[in-house]
Amino acid sequence: MSRDVQKEVHDLVTSNPVVLYMKGTPQFPQCGFSATAAEILKRCGVDFVAVNILLDDEIRLAIKEYANWPTIPQLYIKGEFVGGCDIMREMYQEGELQKLLEGVGA
Amino acid sequence: MSSDTIARLQERLATLNPLHLELEDDSQRHAGHAGARDGGGHYRLTIVAEIFRGRSTLARHRLVYDAAGNLMQGPVHALSIRALAPEEVPHQAR
Repeated sequence: MSRDVQKEVHDLVTSNPVVLYMKGTPQFPQCGFSATAAEILKRCGVDFVAVNILLDDEIRLAIKEYANWPTIPQLYIKGEFVGGCDIMREMYQEGELQKLLEGVGA
Repeated sequence: MSSDTIARLQERLATLNPLHLELEDDSQRHAGHAGARDGGGHYRLTIVAEIFRGRSTLARHRLVYDAAGNLMQGPVHALSIRALAPEEVPHQAR
C-alpha cells in the first residue's frame, strides 16, 4: 500500500496542538529561518512537536502542498496553518502569537 | 545566475502593481548550509502595493508566492517578505 503523506500531515497537525515543520531540529537547526522559528516558540514557552523535513523528502513535498505554501518552516496551531518565519516573527513582536498559544500545548 | 533570478522575480511581482519594490540577494549569508543544498538563492523582499491593504500578513504572503509561481520551486530557495500597504511604509523609507 502506498503512503498517504497528505493524511500523515493532516493527522499530525490535528492531533498535536503545536507543530513546527523545520529544517533540522530545535537543538540543531539547519537553516536560519528554521532556527528563528524554533527560537520564537521556545520563547513563548510552549511545548511543540518539531518535524525535521530534511529526514523525509516525501513529507517535505507534502507540506508545501498541504498548506499551499512553498517554503519551510511552517507552523501549525490546532491544525491551522499559521505561517512561516516572517509571519511568526511579526506575530510574536505584536504579542499575537503568545495570545494564540495561550492555553495550548503548555 | 542570481541577478537573472532577481530580474525574473521582479517581472513576476510586477503583476501586483507595486509602488515600491526592493529585492536583495541574501544568498551569501546562507551559502553552504545543509538546508540550502539544492542551490536555490535566498532573497529579501520589501514590496509596497495597494493590493495588500486590509489583508492579513498570511494573505499578503500568499499573494507574493502566487505571483512568484514556479520560481519558488527551484531558483528561489527562500524569500523573506515584507509586504506593506502604502500607508504602512515608515517615513524614512518612503
